[in-house]
Amino acid sequence: MKRFESYGQGVPGLELGDLSGWLIVVEGPDGVGRTTHVNRLRAHLEQLGYAVAETGLTRSDLASRGIRRAKQGNTLGSNAFNLFYATDFADRLEQQIVPALRAGFVMITDRYIYSLIARAIVRGAEPDWIKQVYSFALLPDAVFYLRIEAAQLVPRVLAEGPFDYWESGMDIPMGEDLHDSFVNYQGRIIHELDALAREYGFHTLDATREVDDIADELCASVTHLLMKRPASLTT
Amino acid sequence: MTTLTTYGQRANPYPGKLVIVEGIDGSGKSTQLSLLAQWLRAEGHLVTFSEWNSSPIVKATTSRGKKNQLLTPLTFSLIHATDFSDRIERDIVPALKGGAIVLADRYVYTAFARDVARGVDPKWVRALYRFAVTPTLAVYYRVPLDVALYRILSARPKLKYYEAGMDLGLSPDPIESYRRFQSRIQVEYEGLVPEYGLATMDATLPVEVQQRALRELIKPHLSDIARAPQGEAFETTEERRA
Repeated sequence: MKRFESYGQGVPGLELGDLSGWLIVVEGPDGVGRTTHVNRLRAHLEQLGYAVAETGLTRSDLASRGIRRAKQGNTLGSNAFNLFYATDFADRLEQQIVPALRAGFVMITDRYIYSLIARAIVRGAEPDWIKQVYSFALLPDAVFYLRIEAAQLVPRVLAEGPFDYWESGMDIPMGEDLHDSFVNYQGRIIHELDALAREYGFHTLDATREVDDIADELCASVTHLLMKRPASLTT
Repeated sequence: MTTLTTYGQRANPYPGKLVIVEGIDGSGKSTQLSLLAQWLRAEGHLVTFSEWNSSPIVKATTSRGKKNQLLTPLTFSLIHATDFSDRIERDIVPALKGGAIVLADRYVYTAFARDVARGVDPKWVRALYRFAVTPTLAVYYRVPLDVALYRILSARPKLKYYEAGMDLGLSPDPIESYRRFQSRIQVEYEGLVPEYGLATMDATLPVEVQQRALRELIKPHLSDIARAPQGEAFETTEERRA
């Protein structure tokens, strides 16, 4: 039996048999505090002696530059953007996630296929189709979903600066200004993430609580999981 | 149970026509398509072209991936689908809506043949291209492998890494690797002909004989199509921009 499985046919040419380690996903909308919690979790696990690696959207060697360029001019078709993100994810899966797992690391990923599926659906992609596209992805050990209402995101985002064009879904404007579009767009994303949370069995964390409380729960849950489930099934 | 979403379920509801040619390198399909374009323009039709791997934004990433050998079968497949999707949304569908005859040198079948030859799951890649419009006419240029290889290898001995399928490790010799890779692609194409009902052309016939046959194939689709305004029929995009 293998430690990891794919949702569908898997990555062409990739043998899953030699993978160990753990794959932990932190999901949630823009501005919910994912980065903070990923950092806290990482520090906690390293303190316990685990080797930790990290990845997140648009951090691939192959596609990050192209996606950034495409965003600047907003000159790429909407579905092409969905597939550009899929390319970026595939590159990170093959070049970052799989090598880290092979080396027995805890791989923490700041968003996974679920946010990408959600943003594609909000932009009109057929849910079945986009899920099929991502069927090469590995099933993670756990998905922690930082759950919040869109309106509650507003002060958090504004504390960091003005509304971002893309985080407000302005490529498919959903309101008469950035604020309105942000609230409506993030609301749609959260709606899709909620549906995915049920479908894929996320561990939902109430992100309106104190940061320390959330971090404690996240760290405790992951630590428990790591102790319960060995890195490798063969050792 | 959800319905399987896959390529072939998006018919062309637009006034324009989509004509595509497929075949391995050296099958002569590009020559045939440009001759067809000339004739259609002379007949007064609106013609636009869409080439494989030509989206301005995506192309830079593809080129970089190829140059630095960053691409795997999976990312090779996805970046080409990204490029194709951009062209579908921004080139092909708008031109079809406008009533043009869109000519495409390579279409989804290139991905089906090439990616599967690289080890990508056939069902997955067909689902990936779900968003593609089904062509009005799709012609496969069938040519014996040796003939195509001779045409390519006698003209251009320097083969690029992915073009030669070097990423598959079939052979350390680029020419031998290219032969084996093209042979695999051809096997896939032969399966696609009955699967999607592609028209086939004997690509060993003289060029003008093939061209006449191609014109016969497209004629039934031209009766209900708009003509270009008088005087603009011979003008290309480049000329208009100049």
